[in-house]
Amino acid sequence: MHQHKQKPKNKEERRVRANDRDYNEKFQYASNCIMTSKYNIITFLPVNLFEQFQEVANTYFLFLLILQLIPQISSLSWFTTIVPLALVLSITAVKDATDDYFRHKSDNQVNNRQSQVLIRGLLQNEKWMNVRVGDIIKLENNQFVAADLLLLSSSEPHGLCYIETAELDGETNMKVRQSVSVTSELGDQNNLASFDGEVVCEPPNNKLDRFCGTLYWRDKKYTLTNQNMLLRGCVLRNTEACYGLVIFAGPDTKLMQNSGRTKFKRTSIDRLMNTLVLWIFGFLVCMGVILAVGNAVWEREVGSLFQSYLPWDPPVDNFLFSAFLSFWSYVIILNTVVPISLYVSVEVIRLGHSYFINWDQQMFCSQCNTAAEARTTTLNEELGQVEYIFSDKTGTLTQNIMSFNKCSINGQTYGKYTHTHTLSGRFIRLDFTPFNPLADPNFCFYDDTLLESVKVGDSHTHEFFRLLSLCHTVMSEEKSEGELVYKAQSPDEGALVTAARNFGFVFRSRTPGTITTTEIGRPVTYTLLAILDFNNIRKRMSVIVRNPEGRIRLYCKGADTVLLERLHPCNQELMNITSDHLNEYAADGLRTLALAYRDLSEDEWEAWSESHRCADKATNCREDRLAAAYEEIEQDMMLLGATAIEDKLQEGVPETIAVLSLANIKIWVLTGDKQETAVNIGYSCKMLTDNMTEVFIIRGHTVQSVRQDFRSVSLEGQEGDGTGGEGGKQLQCPPPPPSNLMDNISGEFALVINGHSLAHALEADMEMEFVSTACACKAVICCRVTPLQKAQVVELIKKHKKAVTLAIGDGANDVSMIKSAHIGVGISGQEGIQAVLASDYSFSQFRFLQRLLLVHGRWSYLRMCRFLCYFFYKNFAFTMVHFWFGFFCGFSAQTVYDQYFITLYNIVYTSLPVLAMGIFDQDVPDQRSLEYPKLYEPGQLNLLFNKREFFICIAQGIYTSVVLFFVPCAVLSDATQSTGVPLADYQTFAVTTATALVIVVSVQIALDTGFWTVFNHVFVWGSLGSYFTIMFALHSQTLFKIFPNQFHFVGSAQSTLLQPVVWLTIALATAICIVPVLAFRFLKVDLKPQLSDTVRKHTQTQRFYH
Amino acid sequence: MATSYNAKEEDGHHSGASSHGAAGVVKSKKPDNTAFKQQRLPAWQPILTAGTVLPAFFVIGLIFIPIGIGLYVSSNNIKEFEIDYTGVDISNPCYSCAKNFSWNSTTPCVCSMNFTLEQPFESNVFMYYGLSNFYQNHRRYVKSRDDSQLNGDQSALKNPSKECEPYRTSDGLPIAPCGAIANSLFNDTLELYHIDSNNTRNTIPLVKKGIAWWTDKHVKFRNPGFIKLNKHLCTNKPVNWRKPVYELDPSDPDNNGFINEDFIVWMRTAALPTFRKLYRIIQKKSNTTPTLPSGKYVLEITYNYPVLSFDGRKRMILSTISWMGGKNPFLGIAYITVGSICFFLGVVLLIIHHKYDTRSNSADIPN
Repeated sequence: MHQHKQKPKNKEERRVRANDRDYNEKFQYASNCIMTSKYNIITFLPVNLFEQFQEVANTYFLFLLILQLIPQISSLSWFTTIVPLALVLSITAVKDATDDYFRHKSDNQVNNRQSQVLIRGLLQNEKWMNVRVGDIIKLENNQFVAADLLLLSSSEPHGLCYIETAELDGETNMKVRQSVSVTSELGDQNNLASFDGEVVCEPPNNKLDRFCGTLYWRDKKYTLTNQNMLLRGCVLRNTEACYGLVIFAGPDTKLMQNSGRTKFKRTSIDRLMNTLVLWIFGFLVCMGVILAVGNAVWEREVGSLFQSYLPWDPPVDNFLFSAFLSFWSYVIILNTVVPISLYVSVEVIRLGHSYFINWDQQMFCSQCNTAAEARTTTLNEELGQVEYIFSDKTGTLTQNIMSFNKCSINGQTYGKYTHTHTLSGRFIRLDFTPFNPLADPNFCFYDDTLLESVKVGDSHTHEFFRLLSLCHTVMSEEKSEGELVYKAQSPDEGALVTAARNFGFVFRSRTPGTITTTEIGRPVTYTLLAILDFNNIRKRMSVIVRNPEGRIRLYCKGADTVLLERLHPCNQELMNITSDHLNEYAADGLRTLALAYRDLSEDEWEAWSESHRCADKATNCREDRLAAAYEEIEQDMMLLGATAIEDKLQEGVPETIAVLSLANIKIWVLTGDKQETAVNIGYSCKMLTDNMTEVFIIRGHTVQSVRQDFRSVSLEGQEGDGTGGEGGKQLQCPPPPPSNLMDNISGEFALVINGHSLAHALEADMEMEFVSTACACKAVICCRVTPLQKAQVVELIKKHKKAVTLAIGDGANDVSMIKSAHIGVGISGQEGIQAVLASDYSFSQFRFLQRLLLVHGRWSYLRMCRFLCYFFYKNFAFTMVHFWFGFFCGFSAQTVYDQYFITLYNIVYTSLPVLAMGIFDQDVPDQRSLEYPKLYEPGQLNLLFNKREFFICIAQGIYTSVVLFFVPCAVLSDATQSTGVPLADYQTFAVTTATALVIVVSVQIALDTGFWTVFNHVFVWGSLGSYFTIMFALHSQTLFKIFPNQFHFVGSAQSTLLQPVVWLTIALATAICIVPVLAFRFLKVDLKPQLSDTVRKHTQTQRFYH
Repeated sequence: MATSYNAKEEDGHHSGASSHGAAGVVKSKKPDNTAFKQQRLPAWQPILTAGTVLPAFFVIGLIFIPIGIGLYVSSNNIKEFEIDYTGVDISNPCYSCAKNFSWNSTTPCVCSMNFTLEQPFESNVFMYYGLSNFYQNHRRYVKSRDDSQLNGDQSALKNPSKECEPYRTSDGLPIAPCGAIANSLFNDTLELYHIDSNNTRNTIPLVKKGIAWWTDKHVKFRNPGFIKLNKHLCTNKPVNWRKPVYELDPSDPDNNGFINEDFIVWMRTAALPTFRKLYRIIQKKSNTTPTLPSGKYVLEITYNYPVLSFDGRKRMILSTISWMGGKNPFLGIAYITVGSICFFLGVVLLIIHHKYDTRSNSADIPN
């Protein structure tokens, strides 16, 4: 968006010295003034026009316009092209201008925000745009951060401050930032004014979660990380004030660096349309060549002899040159086969469909007060062609509201109830309040033995909950005594910390160096020595704390696969029991974590902390070295137990999946969960069923074993039920329709593949095997996948299957998948809005997907196809008449119609009825498309608009043009008015043909329109009316008297249309054009009805009887 | 029928309640429940069923066939006579005129053609001249005119439009009327004589007014206003013309200059290279005698217009007309054909429908 160009010399690193504007000025860093607007008043016209003419279509029409200005070539007045072109350009320009106006406004508002800058020891109010790199600015509570700052000091102890990053990444929980200890001591303004440290850091980039730099001050080096940074767009919270050093300003900030345009997606119809337009250009050139050859022959044989009455124009001295000019003349008059209004109309229709999606009440979630949103307006019809859905699990299929449900402590399992059981009332919800005044009243747990064991003082149980209360990154907010609110980055963590809280291990508050808890009523403060962060690769987090007694202990929680590998050998027996429990939990569809601890001696700690510090300070490969350091200490741990968290399925998920799979859409679940959890969710959302022939599980760790697995799968698949064997077979002979939705999945195969195996399966030599096996299966579940793998799977299917893919997810880990699929859908849920921001469509419930695809997508596809068919038809019918006329007018590029008719045909006479059809048409009502998901199939098979359909439209258009030319030609050549005046003059012929054309295409649109709303009526009748009105106006004496040279058709309309012969001719032409179409369509509906025809008929009958 | 999850129900009610509760705090973003926004506009949904399509075919057939017959009959009642006088063959009386044509000759070449009308022509008879292979619809030809000039515009008279090139000026003076169309004005003179039983030639009165469109005569073409069209106008005649525009019909000021009807008729360019233009009207004299009784006639042609150079043909046509204009057998035949085809299609489709369509009875929809 922004126009800022990176200065080459800043490529490697950036140096910023505090309070030294002169020094920093040398580097010419960007100022803090942002400019997202593209134009100003002077540059608007040239820049906007320049941008618009980068569109091929616009340039093409400009080229035509230039051709038309050459008198020898010009077969049409210049305004036939300039009027539509100007219309299109000005509509776009107005839209751009409005957008830019609002950008200007917001830029101004942002640039003029006030901030306090420390200049020569004094705080001065400055506008944001005047803030420079190297300035020290003061922020107060609830203020927006003006630029990317290095936190120097804060009013809170330890240089801490809290920020909310909602505007940056959509996460609403608070995050803590801490200044480097040396600067946090600086404190007040006077000290800060003399601060002259120099920061050397990486150049501007768009990575929100990492920063790498070094502070040099008083001959010492301090490592800077993202923890020390306040990024532009964040809001300061719960912190009275803080000071920061501006590192990146304006366009260099991470916020602005992230606001780049996402990749522009195109639909398959778009691509097809572009191909067809190219073909039409080819066709146009062919026509031009044929007519030019005709012209050459004619000029040689006839024209040269006819020179006594019609001499050649001066530059033409032979027939070849005349033919050359004639070619261009014909290019001009035949260009209407690709009218400029095509692209505009397509955009308008898509915009209309997007609004219908936004307006749909049935995709509105009243609980979260969010309506569905079409964030991209250009993909709608592709929603009607989806064949593969890639879905995230957590937060997409499930609600992402976590509840602590079961746990296993020291080999003993607790917790009996899961939501999947019925509410029989057999279990009594535990009441924690008498035991623990700090308990969260919303917390539910149904097994009192666990509470007993806490009360009894079982040391393992205590340690278990102590771990949960210490090992996390949750922030707490204690508004009044005992009223605790936890702000967690992930709902899992929140659930675990809340569980610990209710069982008496209450996490109260944290500082960078300490964690304060209340353990069974007794306040305890732990010294926090280190946090070993969670990430997707490590899949675990640890803390190292020193308890009040001075003992150092590492607490670790993480995915069982990684954690169980790092246990001390003596845990073998406990590990076996716990593993059994874990499998049991996973089979219930619960999310599991294993917990472990390790005691560290003072020496061990010292040694490790040294190596950790070393890794921390490293400038290159810091992350890898840190990971290695973490790895080193997270060994030989003692197993404590495991937790199981339930994530409830969203409403309507099984039904939606059933409907979608009936619509022949294959659903793949890509999840980070473990295999058992994923499989279980698969069962509970009816993706997998017990009547499935076989569920293949691939979990090999090596290339060979994975390949082996695939081989055996394909073997079994062939031996088993034949219908389920191959995807291709299914398409050709779909299984007989069962009466019930749920039954259809029977006799199918499913595939479950593990992350390790997937990595091998995605390798070049095995991907074909993977694709063919997976696509033969009805359901595919990939578990333990990384975000990158999600995207790779999507890319793989895109590459090999040429099918339309849709990815749906809610979290940051789904962004890559959402971006790489043809259509990305974001669920606005618990996990921030990153997925939504990257998506093309967003809504809040998975079940809305069926309506988005089966209703909106299907309609969009249908409408777009009908629109395109008709559009090409009407333009061929319109234009090809010139071609036939060419054979009778010496190939001179004389038009058949009046030039005004040519100008207005596409933009006035025929544009609105087809637009109304493209926006409002429905073949079957919305509830029917949900009842009969098979109605979705034509879209997937691309039946409604493809090359074949295109040729049929073109053929129909050409047929119409033949009729429209030769019927009037045959009738009028001998006919006379009732006054004896012949009707064969050019103007009468032009009016007759044009009127017949308008009537024929109106009748055709009337036939094509299946859903006559009031708009369709108004537009169809209005267009016809406007044709006659405008024609009579243009042929009126008044206009002729003002511009005799421009309106020489004066009187033609009335003297032509008063003749009965003319109307008989028009009626005859209309009948000849329409009768075959009518007969053909009737036969199609009568003999080979599509499902939609049957459903439509059925619906009508029902409506008739009720 | 299929049991299906219906996403429709759960909204409607409790969302209303929640928006009440949250009133003033959070504005509900629930989309309006209007028929337009929810795509539930009342609509007529036509279906192509046997009940609508088949009757339509029969109705079209039943309407078209009678119209066709009517057209055919009335077209057949029209008398038409046509004679080619180009003079291609040596036997043709106009052969010598055609062969010896020269633009510069001052004496007009006259030739006569004898012909016989087998049947009498009742009521008004219209006399046309027809040209073939004459490209009045050529783009360069069509645009080579200046409507402002023809409309009597003074400035256009002195400075004709560029479209008129190369017939815009001659000898430094603007041409009036300018352009290729005007320049190529058809200037043969046709006269018709009836040879009665006494072998005397009776001139048949030919009316030369009322042959142009009303709008052309009264709106489109006008003589320049304040100066009566005369030689004081500093204009030149078109190159091919023998006399200037103000001498086209000196006898009748209302038919002279730009508003000369022969000129106007010529200026209304034809759509096709073979065309006919109304030349004269022979008005009916009385109710008792036919306008043109059967018998021998002589057509006397003042042969001024060369067409042989480009293989053109010239014809003279005599025709009566009916309510639907001149002789036009095509229209009647086309109507009868289309009507019959529709009727036939209707029958065929009816048979097909009854024979093959079994599904309409079973309302089962495959799912």
